[in-house]
Amino acid sequence: MNEPDEPIVESPELVRPYVITNGRGLPEDGQFNLITLVTASDQPRPAHLDPEKHRVLDLCAGGMLSVAEIAGHMKLPIGIVKVVLSDLSSEGYLVVRPPVPRAQLADVSLLQEVLDGLHARFG
Amino acid sequence: MGSTPGSADAVYLDGGVKTAAKILVVGHFAVGKTTFIGTMSEIPPLRTEERMTQAGAQVDDLMGVRGKTTTTVAMDFGRITLSEKLVLYLFGTPGQERFVQVWEDMTKGALGALILVDPERLKESFAVIDLVEQYGLPYAISVNHFDDTAIRSDDELREALDLLPETPIVTCDARDQKSSADALIALVRYLQTRTARSMT
Repeated sequence: MNEPDEPIVESPELVRPYVITNGRGLPEDGQFNLITLVTASDQPRPAHLDPEKHRVLDLCAGGMLSVAEIAGHMKLPIGIVKVVLSDLSSEGYLVVRPPVPRAQLADVSLLQEVLDGLHARFG
Repeated sequence: MGSTPGSADAVYLDGGVKTAAKILVVGHFAVGKTTFIGTMSEIPPLRTEERMTQAGAQVDDLMGVRGKTTTTVAMDFGRITLSEKLVLYLFGTPGQERFVQVWEDMTKGALGALILVDPERLKESFAVIDLVEQYGLPYAISVNHFDDTAIRSDDELREALDLLPETPIVTCDARDQKSSADALIALVRYLQTRTARSMT
């Protein structure tokens, strides 16, 4: 795999994905971060749903994934995926497990868990 | 996995996972971030893209394109399930100043950063270290060791990179899982000591 550092510059006519979000950007205090964990809820889907929402729900129906993984599998930019997820969540189609808030992240016990996990897996 | 609905190539998390943590793997172009993540990840590394629509006049000038241009920054990432309740994500983050918008998102909620350094190209790491410091992220230095590179002493590196005495320096071969895991462990140990200190 190549190093991804070099930006790819696209011409405006190739910028399609915001059509999916009806031109909306991301809400500032978005509920979704790269490592927010998401899975589909039991709520039945209506017959009419945007194709991208369908695809996201199909993907999420299999189990839990992070927002970044959903974007990676769908080959869509993170920003777009967050908007789609935010819609699906407010409509009740998703179960969302938000990341640990920053203050708790400094938590000694979380770091200990990470350390124990690394030792257990790679020790 | 695999008999469930969903995407054919998605590897899902265990249902019991409650917490996701994030560590950034940063470094200059071609320093080995992608290799490191590939070595450590339990899933084939994925790539995400972040679009920077307001990339600014600087980029427009650079590219000689008028009007609204979109720059796409790609980041590779991987996943390590650490226990039945905890998953760790490793994000490879480009270290260029012009990707500041991406950095805001990447650093939010990150435990810390592992900075990969090529001892033959130390100068190229300056900008990366500046960025990590600017975002207040604690970090460890991992000297990516290739077979034919001369090993520099820690003191030399510390001085050249202007590091604090406490900043860990480890040597690692990004192609080797044990060696890469040891680099992560050194970082997490350091994060623990910092946290313990801030609580007293």
